[in-house]
Amino acid sequence: MGHRQPLGRGAIKGANVIAEIQIKNIAKHFGDYQALNNINLTIDDQEFMVLLGASGCGKSTLLRIIAGLETADEGEVWIGGRRIDHLSPKDRGIAMVFQNYAVFPHLTVFENIGFGLRMQKLANEVVTRRVERTAELMHIEQLLKRYSGELSGGQRQRVAVARALAMEPDVILMDEPLSNLDALLRMEMRAELKGVLAQSKTTTIYVTHDQVEAMSMADRISVMHEGRIVQATTPVEVYRNPAERFVASFIGNPPMNFIPAAAQGNGKWKVAGQMFDGPNTDIKSLEFAIRPEDIAPAKIGLTVTVKVIEPLGPHLLVTCDIAGALFRAVLDSDLKINPGETITLAPQPDRIRWFNRQSTKAVV
Amino acid sequence: MTIASPEVSADTRKSGRYVYIASVILLCAWVIVPLYFLLINTLSSPEAVNSFPKSFVPDFDLGSLTFFANFAGMLSALKNSILVAGLTMIMSITIGAPAGYALSRFDFPGKGLFRFLILLTRAFPLPLLALPLAVMFIRTGLDDSIFGLALVHTTLAIPFAVLITFSLFSGIPIELEEAAWTLGCNRLTAFQKVILPLVLPGITASAIFAFVISWNEVFAAAVLTIENRTLTAFLLQNLDTSPLHLKFAGGFILVVPALIFIFAVRKYLFAMWGIANR
Repeated sequence: MGHRQPLGRGAIKGANVIAEIQIKNIAKHFGDYQALNNINLTIDDQEFMVLLGASGCGKSTLLRIIAGLETADEGEVWIGGRRIDHLSPKDRGIAMVFQNYAVFPHLTVFENIGFGLRMQKLANEVVTRRVERTAELMHIEQLLKRYSGELSGGQRQRVAVARALAMEPDVILMDEPLSNLDALLRMEMRAELKGVLAQSKTTTIYVTHDQVEAMSMADRISVMHEGRIVQATTPVEVYRNPAERFVASFIGNPPMNFIPAAAQGNGKWKVAGQMFDGPNTDIKSLEFAIRPEDIAPAKIGLTVTVKVIEPLGPHLLVTCDIAGALFRAVLDSDLKINPGETITLAPQPDRIRWFNRQSTKAVV
Repeated sequence: MTIASPEVSADTRKSGRYVYIASVILLCAWVIVPLYFLLINTLSSPEAVNSFPKSFVPDFDLGSLTFFANFAGMLSALKNSILVAGLTMIMSITIGAPAGYALSRFDFPGKGLFRFLILLTRAFPLPLLALPLAVMFIRTGLDDSIFGLALVHTTLAIPFAVLITFSLFSGIPIELEEAAWTLGCNRLTAFQKVILPLVLPGITASAIFAFVISWNEVFAAAVLTIENRTLTAFLLQNLDTSPLHLKFAGGFILVVPALIFIFAVRKYLFAMWGIANR
């Protein structure tokens, strides 16, 4: 530490600086409101980390603390082995993309992308070369002479990303960058952004409330809830093995089904009248959980009453009633069922998860 | 209730439209006709001004204006007016714009009270303040000086300067500044490179407005100056003794700059009251 370049590492040329981010015991209050509570997180060099959570969970606050736009009450932030939480934003080796793009309206696209480079007092040829290269990367080379007012939302977003990339930062921070775009454009930009960022080999922290965005882009997802990180792992792991009931109910559309389960001893559990093998613990009651798509019609299983059938093309989304509770299943669209019918559905045994009803944590 | 037939409602719409147009014409005439008479009489010879009946077209005689320019003390009063207004403009912006920035960007205890107090400075009628001010100015030696009068006018102009610049700065998303910070700026350079270029037209407008406030102000000018009168105070002083064509020419010289300036900066003045932001 201490020997590294102050800013930039040739992000597009290829990395040679390790930009690992360590967040240690970060806490933040706004008055009486605890926005962040003892956050610990390590983000590997070149990793694409998504902070995912509902609005007000503290994900943007955490990002702004890393950027230096907000100060934490407690804790430390380290990037590449250098403590940065006392530095001003410009000295942290970060670049940020904002939700509303924040493209400077009084400058051309060229000067917007080159703004940070000009602040570094780079020679004119260097600025021109780097602006043109990043503009090409983001497919906006034909817009360089325009002003922000003459651009569409998607184009402005490209300018904002290009401006961040041109800085060749150690870390790129993105605060819901796609949420102001319409659905189609968002899907297009999602794939493109993922490609560009992977190519730039820049460590990325990406804040979103959109689970599809998180799933499709992230190397790892940190699910945040009420100011803490509930689970930080790969998208598939978050989906398959939620660490808490909150994750299970937040991720997945439709979300997981939950049914109360009563202990029968020796790892046997009674769920809506049916016996299932579960964890062998002293706890008397747990919650049985299964994803709607891990359910199939069978001879033996949970008996449910069909209430609503929604054909989704390849699947049927079937909403049922099980002992007075809501139960959703995604079934094959060839299935012939009608509302009001009583059917038997069997959960796939290896996909069943169990949650503690008090702590809401997963029980294995 | 019955629904009006299409013909009836079309008829009502038509007559409503006449009323609307008539009101617009009336209101415009209310403002424009006196200004037009002022223009005609200014651009007529002194004889034509004092005679009757009046013509409705100006004969483009510069006699009145020449008389005005040659009237003893008039040009120095004009010069004083410009100096006082210029000083007022500079002082109210250097004090008002930072206050507007602070109000829009920082949260500090007493912010609401501060905004209220700014408005409250306009709650006291000037005549109430004039006597104590005059006494204080005489004690400190500020009386009958251009700087002293500019101080008073600055006090009058600052609330507007603060409110206009507050709304200007508030109209600029904080993210623009934050983006500049992450791109290598500190607070000062971010202000210079991003905020200032964006607010400069508005700041200019607010400066011009301060200029006009001082330019039009007559009471403080009349009370606080004797030798170094501004144009408004000078014209007021000579109101009963001066000939008609001098009054017209003086009025015209007073009205025209204020009118042009206010027209030029109108959109920013609307913004101050939150009517429009563009």
